[in-house]
Amino acid sequence: MKERIKNIIAEFGISRLIIVGFILFMFALAPVSGNKISTLLSNVANRFAWNGLLVLSMVPMIHSGCGLNFGLPLEIEAGLLGVTIAIEMGFTGNEAFLAALTIATPFAILFGTLYGFLLNKIKGGEMMIATYVGFSAVSLMCIGWVMLPFKNPVIVWGYTGKGLRTMISIENYYYEVLSGFLRFKLFGVTIPTGAILFFALIAFGIWAFLHTKTGTAMTAVGSNPTFAKAAGINIDRIRMLSVILSTWIAAIGIINYQQGFGYVQLYTAPYSMAMPAVAAILLGGASVNKASISNVIIGTILYQAIVTTTPNVINSLINLDISDVIRIIVSNGVILFALTRKIEEPKK
Amino acid sequence: MANNNAPLLEMKNIQKSFYGNQVLNDINITLNEGDVLGLCGENGAGKTTLMKILFGMEEIAETGGYGGEICFNGEKVDFKSPFDALNAGIGMVHQEFSLIPGFTATENILLNREPLKRNVISEVFGDRLNTLNYNEMTGRAENAIEKMGFKIDPKMVIADMPVGHKQFTEIARELSKENLRLLILDEPTAVLTESEADALLQSIKSMSERGVAVIFVTHRLEEIMTVCNKVVVMRDGLVVMDTRAEDTDVKKITKAMVGRDVESVDNKSVGTDETAETIMSIKNLWVDMPGETVRNVSLDVKKGEILGIGGLAGQGKLGVPNGIMGLYEAGGTVVFKGNEIPLNSPRKCLDSNIAFVSEDRRGVGLLLDETLEWNIAFPAMQIQNKFLKKLFGGLIKWRDEKAIKEVTDKYIDELQIKCTSSKQKAKELSGGNQQKICLAKSFALEPEFLFASEPTRGIDVGAKSLVLEALRKLNKEKGVTVVVISSELEELRGVCDRIAIVSGGEVAGILPASKSSEEFGQLMVSKVI
Repeated sequence: MKERIKNIIAEFGISRLIIVGFILFMFALAPVSGNKISTLLSNVANRFAWNGLLVLSMVPMIHSGCGLNFGLPLEIEAGLLGVTIAIEMGFTGNEAFLAALTIATPFAILFGTLYGFLLNKIKGGEMMIATYVGFSAVSLMCIGWVMLPFKNPVIVWGYTGKGLRTMISIENYYYEVLSGFLRFKLFGVTIPTGAILFFALIAFGIWAFLHTKTGTAMTAVGSNPTFAKAAGINIDRIRMLSVILSTWIAAIGIINYQQGFGYVQLYTAPYSMAMPAVAAILLGGASVNKASISNVIIGTILYQAIVTTTPNVINSLINLDISDVIRIIVSNGVILFALTRKIEEPKK
Repeated sequence: MANNNAPLLEMKNIQKSFYGNQVLNDINITLNEGDVLGLCGENGAGKTTLMKILFGMEEIAETGGYGGEICFNGEKVDFKSPFDALNAGIGMVHQEFSLIPGFTATENILLNREPLKRNVISEVFGDRLNTLNYNEMTGRAENAIEKMGFKIDPKMVIADMPVGHKQFTEIARELSKENLRLLILDEPTAVLTESEADALLQSIKSMSERGVAVIFVTHRLEEIMTVCNKVVVMRDGLVVMDTRAEDTDVKKITKAMVGRDVESVDNKSVGTDETAETIMSIKNLWVDMPGETVRNVSLDVKKGEILGIGGLAGQGKLGVPNGIMGLYEAGGTVVFKGNEIPLNSPRKCLDSNIAFVSEDRRGVGLLLDETLEWNIAFPAMQIQNKFLKKLFGGLIKWRDEKAIKEVTDKYIDELQIKCTSSKQKAKELSGGNQQKICLAKSFALEPEFLFASEPTRGIDVGAKSLVLEALRKLNKEKGVTVVVISSELEELRGVCDRIAIVSGGEVAGILPASKSSEEFGQLMVSKVI
């Protein structure tokens, strides 16, 4: 019995137990600070539904050995192009959601191909390069959002008639098209069923893909590229495929994020998306070249639980708005912590 | 001097394992001042590891340290780094050179121990800015070179030196240390010409007369007989012979090294059927594999035989399979069953039903972080679409976990792989069992032709014979043509029909396995570069 408990703890990881303990502590403090537990839980459920796909987009690239996808902002730009072009073309309501997904797809494939081509040139330094790819993509698109010939008055600046706004409300488009679907309340906790189902569908797709011949090859390439090469695998092709897949999931992931959040955020907003996604998957127990769907689910829930409950509870307790400070400390702290873990292997 | 009566060096019950693979077992060695100890043993016997422990190399501590204790100069020591060992008076000359190519011999000899001169800047900023005293450096270097007894030019830049002189520079560096009590020479003569080797032996003698003890690791047994007064033979991590040099001879040492009478090799081979058709014909093959360059190999492999490829390390024997299998850049023509195989494309080779067991188990051979099931089934799945379920009319190729487990269990059973289950991770297995996984992986491909590169390197005796037996069985029962590449000649003579010796990147000759060791030995050194 004692042995079994030990095994379970080892399996789950001491560090994650501490985080779970911390979250439980925060929930325990919630009533004292005047927060309703049901509201906090609703927040977590919602945030999970928004962010799940962005975290999931890490998985294919981790499997193929391209490391943690710090280039997520680039992939998000593909999704943003999909959305803005769909609105520009005059799609409204829920159609705009489908149109955005459809238009984002070729952009995702294009960006993914270029990104994959670059990552194949710099094997071993992927994460560093990816970070800068993300930075430069955002800067480049900052120019793009001003220069591109968008005309629709809903999305361009009112006073010049040129250049896109920084925030575009999607109130009249596809706000909560998924989150609102089959939404129900359980003990006061709101569950965004549709969005969670959408996540589940894509996650199942990835899970299934990793069980196919090509998916197996992808995992092997990440595990030991030389082994894969000796088994006749075209490593560059598999890596390219993983990057395109990651890009596509991230592109639809950001559209999914918007339908819950209610706004399309352009310009520098994508900067801040990569770190939380990386932190979440590491927190879920993934390493630099191993990740599973359960890592994604556990990680997203834990991460979002920390960043939504901690600031709320602590703010109310000390009557000072430091929520963003706490959020930044937590997310970057988790990344730092998780990256130092990756090299630790059981010594014999 | 702590205690003049105690021996200079005592190693007691030294033990060491790498990843659960026991490489040293209960080693005891004693050495007095002025002793010259010849340490020999086959590749992988544990000589180098033992010396690394003595010299405090970091990789020993990184892989979990060692067991037993070392007394130097009568005091118990535990060297945490080579610096500790150097301070205690132990010098080591490594197999690989550790010299700075752009510096002169003098600068290398006295590196970081240079005599210094004060100058204006160092008066102000401290000793680290002192200038080197080149006059005195040259003097000390020349002194050390003289002690060594072999003339090298102290002003020559290392990059311009012949290999032998680099070796002597290293030795001179050790000799220039005033407190040197024990010098370890790890295969110093392997790269030397005959006259250089003689000079080295001379200098070992003069060192010993001056009271410096020497541990001399070598494969050349005659040299041991010339200079050593003690001989220790290691085999598979054990000391199998520890005696005074006058009580033994080359034959006895050889016998102790290989653990059997060299002349009576147990070979069940019936010899190659000369009339058999040629299954693979290699013509003018060159392979750019670092450290194992193949220059011009032409070789015909007969159908159904076991062909051995032997030769000294670094002469190119490993380059042959690696080049044909497309892991390193190669050129030339390889014809397999009448069709030319394009080089530099692993897939084309595998599609022609040729399999390869790599010598680099951990780097190429295994998915260390994955299960045994994956390791064994992966190549067959990717290349031959085995262990896959076709869904939606073949649109989706789904991994068939059940079939994978079946085949894994079959090989675990057949090759007696010691593991907790087929789901165990490959990295958790010992070296020998990992090697069996590599074999199983290629067996699962059901090849017509198999390259097994160093299939027994670094594994224990039991696993060795099992691996060789498995190869022989594959050849006899399934009619698979097998090419075994190994640096252990006796092993090749035990399992092969014919043995090709690669020397200097070319085939020096092909002999039946029944020829004597001397004939093979002559071929091995015939074209050495």
